[in-house]
Amino acid sequence: MKLQTATRLGLYAILELARDPERTLSSAELAERFGVSSHHLAKVLGTLSTAGLVRGGRGAAGGYRFTGNRRRITLMDIVALFEPAPGNRAKEPGEDTDIGGSLQRVLSEIDEIAEATLASITLETMLKSNKPS
Amino acid sequence: MTDIRPAQVSDLKAISALDARETGVAKPDYWREMLAPERHFLVAETESGALAGFIAGEIRAWEFGQPAAGWVFAIQIDPTLRLKGVGSELFEALVARFKAKGVTRVRTLVDRKDHLILSFFRAQGMVAGPSLQLDKNLS
Repeated sequence: MKLQTATRLGLYAILELARDPERTLSSAELAERFGVSSHHLAKVLGTLSTAGLVRGGRGAAGGYRFTGNRRRITLMDIVALFEPAPGNRAKEPGEDTDIGGSLQRVLSEIDEIAEATLASITLETMLKSNKPS
Repeated sequence: MTDIRPAQVSDLKAISALDARETGVAKPDYWREMLAPERHFLVAETESGALAGFIAGEIRAWEFGQPAAGWVFAIQIDPTLRLKGVGSELFEALVARFKAKGVTRVRTLVDRKDHLILSFFRAQGMVAGPSLQLDKNLS
């Protein structure tokens, strides 16, 4: 499965900030941690902020902190901010043919499994499984 | 504070009622069969002795060609007592019984559209297993 860059950055940022909700990190600090573009990450943080999941970020050095509920927010909640919903895609040419329809059923099955996986993993579960045992 | 113990015949009425409330289907015979000695059927009760939840499972060897593993068949928690760790306590108690019998894996099957129960098992550290369930409509 391939995630768009913004989705991946959104997941990096939210998980890093949710690791310690008391801590404030700037987009530059987050970008350095993951070796990604600070400019791109700032835009992603803006989306997370609009969604009410992080707060802060005034000015270039402004920091962000996590304001969501780690036990409630799932990976799917973040992915849905950046990726089109599976049911919302435009119809592809040939989809109305029998072969196109069969192919679409297989692709929908894959989408449904991916959604079940992403929607069942909360940030809390993700951060817990990330801890060294 | 809940107490976890093996289910008894006297628990069946409350177990069946809780399940029927949550699933919309009463299946008392199924729950009675869960009392068979090879099954692991545990209940959690509140300090006042009311049913807080239950879990049922069994160790099965060579099911679908795979070595022995503990299977979780069902778990149900009273909706008013959720998010208090009762489900985790029941899961851990069942896993402890499986481990005591020497198995090293625990498995379950979950409706992929039921994200709530999927989240619960994920929070217990479970991940996608080695098998894919396949299905065909025969009607």
